[in-house]
Amino acid sequence: MNNTIATLNIEAIRKEFPVLSQQVNGKPLVYFDNAATSQKPKSVIHALTHYYENDNSNIHRGIHTLAERATADYEETRALTQRFINAGEKEEIIFTKGTTDGINLVSQAYGRKFLNAGDEIIISEMEHHSNIVPWQLLCGQTGAVLKIAPIDDQGDIIIEEFEGLLTEKTKIVSIVYISNTLGTINPVKHLTSLAHKAGAIMMVDAAQVTPHEKIDVKDLNCDFLVFSGHKMYGPTGVGVLYGKRSLLEKMDPYQGGGEMINDVTFEKTTYNDIPYKFEAGTPNIADVIALKEAILFIQNIGHDNIQAHENDLLKYGTEQLSKLDGFIPVGTAKQKASVISFNIEGIHPFDIGMLLDAKGIAVRTGHHCTQPLMNRLQIEGTVRASFAVYNTMAEIDRLKEGLEDIIKKFR
Amino acid sequence: MSESLKNIQEDIIEEFSMLEGDMEMIINYIIEIGDQMDPLDENARTEDNIVKGCQSKVWMSAQIADGKIQFQADSNTAVTKGLVSILVRVLSNQTPEAILNEDIFFPEKIGMNRFIGTQRSNGFGSMIKQMKIYALAFSAKRTSNA
Repeated sequence: MNNTIATLNIEAIRKEFPVLSQQVNGKPLVYFDNAATSQKPKSVIHALTHYYENDNSNIHRGIHTLAERATADYEETRALTQRFINAGEKEEIIFTKGTTDGINLVSQAYGRKFLNAGDEIIISEMEHHSNIVPWQLLCGQTGAVLKIAPIDDQGDIIIEEFEGLLTEKTKIVSIVYISNTLGTINPVKHLTSLAHKAGAIMMVDAAQVTPHEKIDVKDLNCDFLVFSGHKMYGPTGVGVLYGKRSLLEKMDPYQGGGEMINDVTFEKTTYNDIPYKFEAGTPNIADVIALKEAILFIQNIGHDNIQAHENDLLKYGTEQLSKLDGFIPVGTAKQKASVISFNIEGIHPFDIGMLLDAKGIAVRTGHHCTQPLMNRLQIEGTVRASFAVYNTMAEIDRLKEGLEDIIKKFR
Repeated sequence: MSESLKNIQEDIIEEFSMLEGDMEMIINYIIEIGDQMDPLDENARTEDNIVKGCQSKVWMSAQIADGKIQFQADSNTAVTKGLVSILVRVLSNQTPEAILNEDIFFPEKIGMNRFIGTQRSNGFGSMIKQMKIYALAFSAKRTSNA
């Protein structure tokens, strides 16, 4: 056992997460499916119930007290999110349903307006389906062409190959910051500068980043960046699209409806300013308000502390699992987040997942919504254990023991 | 005929009841059942015989002899192989009509719906559906030949 983190009281942190204290199939739950979604602290759960019990009302247009309170709380999350990712102004923060919604918004509201037949979009081989399919749809609509930046066997983007794809035809580059399947941390700042040199705009899929690493959009200089609330200890159904003001203002609305208008007549409608232009209809008020608590939870612990703990988990987990008979790691990039994707020789990931679940251990198995990546690696799927701040070394020991038991059965 | 389909299901329910809901024992038992299944003929492991909708791959084929369907199946995962072999045991040696008309009640009674999550039970559901499609095809063929 390796207990190098003295600064974090993990037991106290675990107490903030009611879901973690349960038994699953008669054993204490080990939750290692954090890259799919993280668990929620009491403060987030409480914010949701508090809103519905005290402040529920529709925002922005209401003149009564409840509407004012709800509007103030909703906009407070926007201001906090701006500081959380160091955006220049809060109007550059648009609330969405999640990462997927944000990518679709940009592909439709920016892409359909500015891309023409023959223009090119670059993504990488390790993208989630959410960062593939919206661009395929856009290509179908505009005649643009999708180009794929290859990765090496360790799971790093081959920078020279990426550079080779950039031409004057490249209009959009959209790359995942941290791979959900491999854990690779991509050098997005460098990729952004390369994209900009070619005259393209840069979009960053940061779904896996916010709970683990500090994001600074000014430093990255990316044009768009998207993430989801539910992967960062926040509620489901809410996400964030950051976009540079100059680009957001040029874009057409994504959806029409209430909130996003200035004036409507049957002849002509004028649109509201950003960010409201992109928030048509009654937004997800409760979840946006609760997202604030998720950000505060992360800030109170501190990204540095979270990262140090998760790096210890990653290091210890990798060391321990590497001792297993037939262990095949998938994704050994130079810079890695707290994700261990692997296979065990001769045992299907699905069987491992089912048997671990029977032992109370939740992992993810399958292609992790990255089928093209699985094809590139010539595997059907992996078992993925992904860690969060509340995970412990003792839980990794349980995973290892569970796997040993499974391996014994199959040998 | 349909009586035996019901009886087989009841036998399975009784066998599983001895595991007292212990998830690990249940999964291990399912794997054991799969190990005992007659292997599927290599020639039947074709793309056409893959059952869609499963997280793992399932191959299935069927023949009819003396009015009764014989199913053969296999899977690339041990758990799914066990699950499909239970279905083969229940639905083989039955007439197409019995397969189409009789209630398949054992999955719920042995807690399949509870412990095999939605995505996974969809896989189970699509296996049953595929077997009913075979039954329907054999039944239609027989009617058109008559």
